This record gives sequence, structure tokens and C-alpha cells, in this order.
Amino acid sequence: MSSVINVRGLEKSYGANKAVAGIDLTIEPGEIFALLGPNGAGKTTTVEILEGFRDRDRGDVSVLGTDPGVKGEQARKWRNRIGIVLQSTNDAGDLSVYETVAHFAKYYSNPRGVDEVIDAVGLTDKSTALIRTLSGGQRRRLDVALGIIGSPELLFLDEPTTGFDPEARRAFWALIQDLRKSGATILLTTHYLDEAEALADRVAVINQGKIIEVATPALLGGRATSLATVSWKGPNGLQSERTDNPTALIRKLTETYKDEIPELTVKRASLEDIYLEMIGGADVSQ
Amino acid sequence: MSVNKVPSALAIGIARGGLEVKQFMRQRESVVFTLAFPIMLLAIFGSVFTNELSDGVTFSQYFVAGMIASGLVNTGFQQLAIMIPVERDFGTLKRLQGTPMPASSYFIGKSIVVFVTMVIQIALLLIAGVLFFGVNLPTDPAKWFTFTWLIILGSAASTALGIAFSVIPKSGRGASAVVSPVVIILQFFSGVFFVFTDLPGWMQQVAAIFPLKWMTQGMRSVFLPDSFAAQEVAGTWETGRTFWIILAWLIAGLVISIKTFKWEQAR
Repeated sequence: MSSVINVRGLEKSYGANKAVAGIDLTIEPGEIFALLGPNGAGKTTTVEILEGFRDRDRGDVSVLGTDPGVKGEQARKWRNRIGIVLQSTNDAGDLSVYETVAHFAKYYSNPRGVDEVIDAVGLTDKSTALIRTLSGGQRRRLDVALGIIGSPELLFLDEPTTGFDPEARRAFWALIQDLRKSGATILLTTHYLDEAEALADRVAVINQGKIIEVATPALLGGRATSLATVSWKGPNGLQSERTDNPTALIRKLTETYKDEIPELTVKRASLEDIYLEMIGGADVSQ
Repeated sequence: MSVNKVPSALAIGIARGGLEVKQFMRQRESVVFTLAFPIMLLAIFGSVFTNELSDGVTFSQYFVAGMIASGLVNTGFQQLAIMIPVERDFGTLKRLQGTPMPASSYFIGKSIVVFVTMVIQIALLLIAGVLFFGVNLPTDPAKWFTFTWLIILGSAASTALGIAFSVIPKSGRGASAVVSPVVIILQFFSGVFFVFTDLPGWMQQVAAIFPLKWMTQGMRSVFLPDSFAAQEVAGTWETGRTFWIILAWLIAGLVISIKTFKWEQAR
């Protein structure tokens, strides 16, 4: 089976500003792929080109075997197979959740069941509620419902949890993990490192229009092999040691402390530490 | 991978029309305003100008023709040219762009909601006119035939021009300030509030370029006795010319809409 997304040498400039400066990207079927990067890194431009919202200057792009720049009937057939959850939409407040999802179902050849989708995003209780009465998190769930109603083979999720409280984010992540079971490929863009870590099979870090690295969250930036900090409470208070072999150190410690090593922690660089280093301290906070 | 075909643009357009009508009906304030405003204007003008324009033609009778014609412009052109930029700002259009729904379905949906609201508006205006302001309805079937095609063609042209004009306002918030003056000036120039032939010649000539003048004149041919045609600028109702001019505007509106329609505000 061929790749879901295949990008070679993608470039796009706005005037003198080169927003995307030669990107290569391959995303395989069934993957949750996260695109990480600070504002202005070229993340949004790249995704919008893949979504068919924007033209490109140069490069080969194939999404589900189709050039996203197609027009007319071909574009409709292509859009019938993808789902897009945009950053923020604020509309149609006078319709109910059910009415809105049922309406969007009419756009697709093979829609999922309306009730099933509303249930999947956890809005069953709000099915008859008008959209303007929904909370921010519930609205976001509705956005996802509209993104998946057409049974997409590929789903774009653009910063899905911006503005969520921690609990709502966890709940939302569970929803995305459920979606993966349906077999859809998901391209996620996010500001949040923990989000990428919780959801993504692979992460690409993009900065200044280029992809710096593509790896699993665990391996990104040589994270797995970076020095670990082992700390514990010794006779003279808290002690710590940086080592490339924490297991050996702990083995040694277990000989000293027969029972429990007091206040033992092993800390590797967090994804955030690695990421900040990679993008050279650019703004990540939004 | 589906074996089913993507639903047709027409089927989606009709579904959108139903949805838009439902949305419109739920915005109570705008429903009341849209439907009651022409009646209020008729009440005001009908009370201010009580004179007869000629044998048996009251100002209310003359004015009702103008109000119906400007209703065509208000519910179509004005509403859409204001609402579409708002939908663009809200991201409604971008979301739709990301679905298999084509622009033509969106246009069809808009024409349906415009047509439905307009028919209700005109019906209420005529009922109020007959009951309270002594407006006489035509009895000749030929006049009702003219009335029908004027409404269908006029609403289609007004819809197309509203969509075409919707690219001009830079934001939803400023749209009303850009669109409303255009409509109000056209109403003054086209003989909606005053007797057209009383207007200065240059105003008449400017108005003759735009469709509202022709819609108003067409409606006069429906609601005023044929003897009144002698008082028109051309001395006749110019029904054929009215048809062609509105049709030309409809085609122009469609072409511009298709060529320039924007899903997103340029940044």
C-alpha cells in the first residue's frame, strides 16, 4: 500500500518570506503523525497546502494519491475521502448538534451514522442542544464530529486542544485514540509537546520552513540516549549524578541501600527540553 | 474507498437551502425586522403622502410596488452581501470548502433562502396593504404572470449580485457600512420613495443602469392601472426591456460570483 501523504521538495513564499523552504514528508496509512513547530515555522502553510486550501510554488505533493490542487469534480471526489478539523469555527449557533451533523452527512457518499458519530465524540447528551449553548470543549468535539462524519481515510486535526483545560484535553486525547481504531490516518498539528507525545506515532519538528527531524516521540532529538539524571537521598542530603548508563548506577545503589533507595528518581530530558533545543529557543508558548 | 457517488451539487444545494431557511427562522429578531420593516415603511409613507397621483392611484399603491422591488434587493443583495463576509470571518465558509460541497451548492442554498424569505415578506406586505392601506390587487392574470416572473428573475439576480458583491467588504463587521449606503442610494434614485418621474433627469439616468429601477417599474406595471403607463419616462411599461436588463444583471452577477467568490478573507 502506498503512502497516504507524500511530499517532495515543497516550497512556498509570501513575497520575500519563504514560509516553506523545501519540505519532504511521508505519512503511512494508519499513522497518527504530529507536526510540531513554533508559530511562523511554516506548519500552517504546509498543512493548508496538503488540505488543498493553498497553492504551492514548487514541489510534488500527493495526498491519497491525488494532487490537492485538483479542481472541480475531481476535487469533490478527493474531499469525499478526507476530513478537516480547522482551528476555530464559530458559526451556525442556531442549529442543534444533531441537525448540523446530519446536514454535513449529506455532503458525503458514505457517511457514518449520525448518532454513532455524535456518540463517538461524547455529545449524545447534547444532541438536541443548540450549538450556541455548547462550551468551548463541546464545540471542539462537534468540529471533530463534522470532520469524521464522511468516514475519512485521512483526517487533518489543526491544534485541536488549544484553549482546553487539562481534563478536557485528556478526554479529547482519548477520543483521538479511539479514532485511530477506525483505521484513519491522522495528521495532527500542535503546539503542545505532551499532546504529540501522548498521541503521535511519529513527530516531525518544523522550523524556518524546514523539517529538522522526524522520529518517534521517544527517539526525537536522541532523547533515548541522552544523559539521564539519577537522584536520591544520601547521607548528606539529596545527591544526583548524570550518567549515560542509569541502570548500572542504580544497580550499584541497590548494594548500598539494601531495601529502598530513598527518593529515587531517574530523569531524562523531556520532549520539551529536546524540542526547545532543536528550535533554538524560538517562541513555543503561542 | 467508496462505490457510492458523491451526492450531486443540486441535492446538496437543496439541503443547504432547507438548513438556511431553518437558521433564518430561528433568528427571531431578524425575522421580525425583515418581515415587518417593509410594512412599517408602507405605514409611514402611506400616512405622510395621502394625495392621489392620478385618477384612483394613491401614493400607497405606487409605494407598494416600490417596496416589493426594494424587498427583492434587501432580502437578496443586501442580506447576502452583509452575511457572506460574516460567514467568511466566522470560518463557516472555510469549513465548507474543506468538504465535498461545491460552491454551486452554496449558491443554490442562498437562492432558496432568499426566495423563501422574499415570498413571505411580499405576502405579508400585500396582506397589510390590502387590509390597512387601501392597496388594490390586480385582477388581470397577465399582470400576475408578470409579477411571478419579476419575482423569480429579480430574486435570482439579487442573489447573484449579493454573492458577487460579498467580496468587497473587508470584514463581516464592516460589511453593513459598505453595503447599506449602496442600497439606500439606489432606492432613492430608483423611485422607491418618490415618484420616479419627479426625480432629476440625471438621477433617472443613473438609476436606469441598475436593476432596482427596472424591478420597481415592472412592479408598477403590475400594481398600477395601464393608463398610468403614459406617465412613465418612456410612456410605456417597457416590460420587454425590463426582462432583458434584469436578466443581463443576473448573468453578470453569476459570472462575477463564479470568478471571484472567496472562501476565506485574504490575509
